[in-house]
Amino acid sequence: MGLVLPLLIFLGVTFLAPLGTMLVRSVYDPVVADALPATLTALREWNGEGLPPEAAYEAAAGEIGAAREARTLGQVASRANRLQSGLRGVFTRTGRDLREVVEGPWRDAMAAIDSAWVDPGTWHAIRAAGERITARHYLNALDMQRLADGSVARQPEERRIYLPLLWRTLLVSLAITVFCLVLGYPIAHLIAHARPRRAGLLLALVLVPFWTSLLVRTTSWIVLLQTQGVVNDLLVAIGLIGDDGRLSMVYNMTGTLVAMTHVLLPFMVLPLYSVMRSIPPLHMRAAASMGATPAQAFRRVYWPQTLPGVGAGSLLVFILAIGYYITPALVGGSSGQLISNMVAYHMQTSLNWGLAAALGALLLVGVLVLYLLYDRLVGVERMSLG
Amino acid sequence: MIGARVGRIGYLAFCTCVFIFLVAPIIVIVPLSFNAEPYFTFTEGMLRLDPEAWSLRWYREIVENEAWTRGLVNSLVIGVSATLLATVLGTLAALGLSSPAMPARRFITGLLISPMVTPVIIAAAGMFFFYTNLGLAQTHLGLILAHATLGLPFVVITVVATLSAFDRNLTRAAASLGAGPVRTFRTVQLPLIAPGVISGALFAFATSFDEVVVVLFMGGLEQRTIPRQMWAGIREQISPAILAVATFLIVFALALLFTVEWLRRRAS
Amino acid sequence: MTALARGSAYTALLATCFVGQAAAQSITAVSYGGSYQQASIEAWYEPFAAATGIRVDVEDFNGGLAQIRAQVEVGNVFWDVVDLNASDVTLACDEGLLEYVDPQALPPGPDGTPAEEDFISGTLSDCGVGNVVWSTIYAYDANRFPGVRPETIADFFDIEKFPGRRGMRRVPMANLEFALLADGVPAEDVYAVLDTPEGVSRAFDKLDTIKDEVVWWEAGAQPPQMLADGEVVMSTAYNGRIFNAQMLEGQSFVIVWDGQLLDINQLAIVAGTPRLDEAMRLVSFASTAEALADLGRRISYGPARESAAPLITTHLETGVEMGPHLPTHPSNMARALRRDWSWWVDNQDELNERFSAWLAR
Repeated sequence: MGLVLPLLIFLGVTFLAPLGTMLVRSVYDPVVADALPATLTALREWNGEGLPPEAAYEAAAGEIGAAREARTLGQVASRANRLQSGLRGVFTRTGRDLREVVEGPWRDAMAAIDSAWVDPGTWHAIRAAGERITARHYLNALDMQRLADGSVARQPEERRIYLPLLWRTLLVSLAITVFCLVLGYPIAHLIAHARPRRAGLLLALVLVPFWTSLLVRTTSWIVLLQTQGVVNDLLVAIGLIGDDGRLSMVYNMTGTLVAMTHVLLPFMVLPLYSVMRSIPPLHMRAAASMGATPAQAFRRVYWPQTLPGVGAGSLLVFILAIGYYITPALVGGSSGQLISNMVAYHMQTSLNWGLAAALGALLLVGVLVLYLLYDRLVGVERMSLG
Repeated sequence: MIGARVGRIGYLAFCTCVFIFLVAPIIVIVPLSFNAEPYFTFTEGMLRLDPEAWSLRWYREIVENEAWTRGLVNSLVIGVSATLLATVLGTLAALGLSSPAMPARRFITGLLISPMVTPVIIAAAGMFFFYTNLGLAQTHLGLILAHATLGLPFVVITVVATLSAFDRNLTRAAASLGAGPVRTFRTVQLPLIAPGVISGALFAFATSFDEVVVVLFMGGLEQRTIPRQMWAGIREQISPAILAVATFLIVFALALLFTVEWLRRRAS
Repeated sequence: MTALARGSAYTALLATCFVGQAAAQSITAVSYGGSYQQASIEAWYEPFAAATGIRVDVEDFNGGLAQIRAQVEVGNVFWDVVDLNASDVTLACDEGLLEYVDPQALPPGPDGTPAEEDFISGTLSDCGVGNVVWSTIYAYDANRFPGVRPETIADFFDIEKFPGRRGMRRVPMANLEFALLADGVPAEDVYAVLDTPEGVSRAFDKLDTIKDEVVWWEAGAQPPQMLADGEVVMSTAYNGRIFNAQMLEGQSFVIVWDGQLLDINQLAIVAGTPRLDEAMRLVSFASTAEALADLGRRISYGPARESAAPLITTHLETGVEMGPHLPTHPSNMARALRRDWSWWVDNQDELNERFSAWLAR
């Protein structure tokens, strides 16, 4: 136990704590609550109908001004804006123009700056954004929203992104798993039952891509599949397609499917190979001698014995596929993106880190369930590395 | 009988196609990296084997370009440090896991291997949040810790696998002859598990050397690695200079593969 | 390199990584890669280094605030001066990610006009100093259209008359404006229409008509590449990139100025940089009329200062008259649209989401 401890501590700091931080980010957002405490307190008096009391306006005016001084108003504004488009501008304008206003009544002063202040929706948004512990990122990640009356409803059709994308990710991963199985099963069989020398050579052909940099393989697929690429050139040269009928095989779903199948195929072949190698050829011969056709012998005798390998390979490929990021990002174009790409988008471009964390947490739970299943069925310590 | 033969031929043909699918993308890149033109397709001159159409200009470009050489240095510094860290911690843990007295073995093994199956984007996002708080984002140290984490499962797996083939009586014999635990480890266990440790280390190094997502999230200008540089190149526009780097990485991968296979053969 | 030298290089590198950057006479400037960055280096950064002895390390990015925000939050700022879109400057300034810039500290025009009057209105903001006026246009390869050629923004959306694939940037910005202009909305009403839900739907409906033919690009260097490769027959692009492909690579690309979307870039200083003085010196240096004009003679982006315009005469490399190639030239302004970046600041979250959902369908 003493020997394992250093690594456990190390992983705790470098891996588990980061995942924990991410989970916390997905439900905890103190920015608005910290910036507008008095406003939020005043809003507690408000029943949500009509406009809030003057006290809320007064508190908001003071705190918006203070936030502008502290230069945190932008962060508050961007959070409010995510709940109601246009509020970013309302906040920054109000912050700027309030400097000219010295005394109340604050409701009129703020309404004069922007009519959004006499719209109850604005205040609902502020109240929602002010929740320190919040489920809104998860609602958002599941294409749902909280209405002004507190009930939860689905997003309007044109704003539903994440559930369809999750579905697509699952389907694509399933398709890739099937492709890998269909391509990988025969060659694993060939390698497992070849003479040792040839088996070694063939196995090397599987391992070369396994060891080759992922970026290199992805680049190759771009080179091969692009409109002016090698495959299209070849097809044009042999007259299968015309020069103006070149196929688009990259920067779309086709690119994602082809490149990911290639990347993940070794993860299917290796476990299959190690299971098949342990099946004595005697079994098949025995079946044949008892009059079974090759097809029958395969179905009744061989296939059942390879099922552990099929399960291990498929699960591993599926687990790796649903979290894949690099390949879809580079060859997926707009139609070949998966859920991981959305996490990256919110991390790096939209800067909606709470939503990125919530999407990441959902994905993590999915992977964890599959991983536990894998441990149940195969045992993680038997994961093979070629 | 004819049906069986047709079946056999079909099966072999299918397998050949799959092998071509596996290897072709890697092979095709190599000749293209010697293209004299800035295209990623075979020019007519190349097909005619015209020496004018082939050139080393892209290799010259990567050698002369500071971004690539700096990337190589960064990749090596981060890769080597992360590998050392992962190998030491991973080997110790594997020894612990293989001892019969280990409690909750299954759970802990699962935990130690989890960085391998966790989607990198999630790990990278989490690390970005957490390491930022610690002031480790945009430092070499942060990337070394992150890459060591991602490489650890490989070390644990390979060393545990080697140890499972290892006869415990040997350590007991050494102990009965009066060797202390450290001495037993150094003179008896280490030489026997060395191939597994080295394979694990190579896996860990390959992982770090090919890692781009964590670098994207946490690395700055000073931490640009080779994969990061390639990523930028692929997203902008693919110049054959990238193919030259890719060729270099393919050769590197082959070297790693043969070392690992050689070690495996020696171990068994 | 000997083993010893390699060893000491390694140690030195490790030392700098762990100890932190030594105080050096250099600053980092960040802008959008490719030919624009090359021009900025030649027009501003290298002359600045020659004049002051402060080296400028140039890094490229694709816009956006993620990295700046990360650096400021970590408190480890290593970008100093950033070339940003005006809308990003506004956002970042509100969030406290950028230093305030005092316009009175900026150099006056050649005839002594104070900077505040010399800069074109709207190009100076709390945190940003305008540098270039550029535009998003669409361009095509003349070789692909031997007969009738596209002339209006509506032609870009007309796949019956001009069949073939189109390149567009994978963001809603610019595409929605183009869609409405092509649908017959007058330039001055575009943002008023976009401000209504029906207007947004109308723009998306128009985009729907060509969606299947669109190849999406992300980096500014891609459109000229895609046009040259024949991947697309026409593409939206930044005008300067097309200009460079025309001038330096001899490509027969043609820019369609009808419906061009004008935009402003600004130089800004990342908040909390330890090299504030040097950064401010660089911003001042790069915002003189001479420096802006020098850039304008390398790439066809217009200057943000009135006094710089007459100084932009001919292209330095080819001697071509620059005027007609600038987005601000009267002949190109007939149906130009100024990007309303405050509108985009308010609406981009929602529209980005909707755009993603639309793309995925």
